Amino acid sequence: MEKLHNTATHWLAKVTGFASQLRTKVREREVHRVIHPFWIIVQKEIADHVRSWRFNVLLFLILLTCFGSLYTSITSLVVELSKSSSADDPFLFLKLFTQSDGSLPPFHVFIGFLGPLLGIGLGFDAINSEQNSGTLSRIMSQPIHRDYLINAKFVAALTVIGVMFFTLGFLVMGFGLFIMGIPPTAAEFLRIIFFLLLSILYVAFWLSLAVFLSIRFRQAATSALTAIAIWLFFTIFYQLIVNMVARAIAPPEMASQEQLLGYQEFISNLMRVVPSQLYTDATTTLLMPSVRSLGPLTMQQAYGAIPSPLPLGQSLLIVWPQLTGLVAATVVCFAWSYISFMRKEIRSR
Amino acid sequence: MEQSIIQLKGLTKRYGDFTAVDGLDLSVYKGEIFGLLGPNGAGKSTTILMMLGLTEPTSGAVHVCGIDSTINPIEVKRRVGYLPDDVGFYEQLTGRENLLYTARLNRLSPHGAARRVDHLLGRVGLQQAAEKKVGKYSRGMRQRLGLADVLVKNPEVIILDEPTLGIDPIGVREFLELIVALSREEQITVVLSSHHLHQVQQVCDRVGIFVAGRLLAEGRVADLSRALFSDKEPFIIEIGVDATGLDNGLGGITAVEKAVRALGHVVSVTAGAGKLRVGSEEDIRAEVARVVVNSGLDLTSLTMKEYGLDDIYTKYFEGGEAYGKIA
Repeated sequence: MEKLHNTATHWLAKVTGFASQLRTKVREREVHRVIHPFWIIVQKEIADHVRSWRFNVLLFLILLTCFGSLYTSITSLVVELSKSSSADDPFLFLKLFTQSDGSLPPFHVFIGFLGPLLGIGLGFDAINSEQNSGTLSRIMSQPIHRDYLINAKFVAALTVIGVMFFTLGFLVMGFGLFIMGIPPTAAEFLRIIFFLLLSILYVAFWLSLAVFLSIRFRQAATSALTAIAIWLFFTIFYQLIVNMVARAIAPPEMASQEQLLGYQEFISNLMRVVPSQLYTDATTTLLMPSVRSLGPLTMQQAYGAIPSPLPLGQSLLIVWPQLTGLVAATVVCFAWSYISFMRKEIRSR
Repeated sequence: MEQSIIQLKGLTKRYGDFTAVDGLDLSVYKGEIFGLLGPNGAGKSTTILMMLGLTEPTSGAVHVCGIDSTINPIEVKRRVGYLPDDVGFYEQLTGRENLLYTARLNRLSPHGAARRVDHLLGRVGLQQAAEKKVGKYSRGMRQRLGLADVLVKNPEVIILDEPTLGIDPIGVREFLELIVALSREEQITVVLSSHHLHQVQQVCDRVGIFVAGRLLAEGRVADLSRALFSDKEPFIIEIGVDATGLDNGLGGITAVEKAVRALGHVVSVTAGAGKLRVGSEEDIRAEVARVVVNSGLDLTSLTMKEYGLDDIYTKYFEGGEAYGKIA
């Protein structure tokens, strides 16, 4: 027995010794590791975001709305579950994100509304605050390429947003699972992942727009206001204008079907200039598998169609133009900011 | 004999119609402290930005440490430390964190960065304030932190743009002493831009005077004053004498005046009541004193006035004739 105990302690000491050796070795390597300056900037920017009041306020706001919409969707889902008709709905879980009892908008509408604010909040003073505090010229005199800074700022903000959205999405899923007791199917899970990726892309658009404005305007307040003005214009006034245009060019009552169809197409294309419209179209299609088309369907097209939900691949095919549109808008904004930053002469303050 | 480390050739920078820097030729030698002097808007900062490759020259070439700053700014920035005027730090971070960030951007490992930063914080006398947020630093502390920041990369050249702006006189003296000490100890070439003339005069080996984008003069302060005031007297010696001991007080002074006039290098002598003003081309204080004492008069005071940068500066700006002659 004594002998056994001895071997055991001996063995234990050996293992712990080896473990601590490994740990010091890892730490040693960590301490002597040279990280590429780009990732150093990314690290610092992420730390700045996470520690900033601004981000925490935004996070709090989004958490609140997230739980608010979760609450309303669950209460209305419970009512709906009691009706036997929807009990066999194969995409019940997705309703967590889209269902609402009317008192609060559902999750995806909220994200569509607050996402721009988040993007603007993280980007509106990216460059001009550095310029105004005099740190820009100091950083630029370090041996790094100029575009590291702007790329790193973009990557850092996107990382923060990505982590946040995935956390929120998984939290909502977890709570839903916990409360409803119905696990999501693989298709539903994938749809939610795509929805989250789409939301990140949407925020990335606003982020790159805000970064561009932060390069364009010297005062952080000006760039923030301009960004918010653009956002308000797109969410409120643009729709008003489109409505006015629609009324002005409305075809006569006796117009042919082609004319009506063309008119409808034209109006929805006008609406699709706006990124928020693209986002709404894409999310509804992804989260509601029963959505078969984003435009008008003729009787011939609808004739013979089986009224069943679309598979994920088909839903993705429908939103493909919206996705590319959003990506293109983001890339254009980023390219603008990239070019204007590279051409900027950096003076102190 | 000396190896030039910064070389500017025909450097020109135009902003639209405005020419900020106009055909600049300049060499700075290894290990020296060079002062860029000039009024605001003379093109000093633009020249510095071009040296670092932060802005492109319209024409001409910049070579720093033998590297073309326009083509390969990264290599130049690896060797050159730059302290902008009104240097900014991340206010929410401590002084130490700010320096660590710079060190990591210069590809130092966490360990190496920490060692270097702690050493430098000690060197500029900020170890007590290292863990304080930079937002709470005073102007002088920021400037010293800026110097440490510049030294983090272990540079061959440091360029300081108006480094003494807004610091109190004692702070300025300490700061300049620090710069001189560093330059001598570590063989760092220092380029200093300023419009504070006497400060530059205290520390610089050579100066270049900038006006409206052009280099008007370049060289050691003494050489400059000699070149400028050669037709007059670069050295002025004022002597106080006590002639009451002699019977014919005025005669004594006249005799001395005559004797002084006979000395070499003397340009002019004016006599007053108990006073003599001698203008000369060289420092002849010793000879003048000897003459006065030998003549039997009591020497009560002897001061020499050397033309400083202030005089040189005003000379360049007093317009018309002097300006035209040099330019």
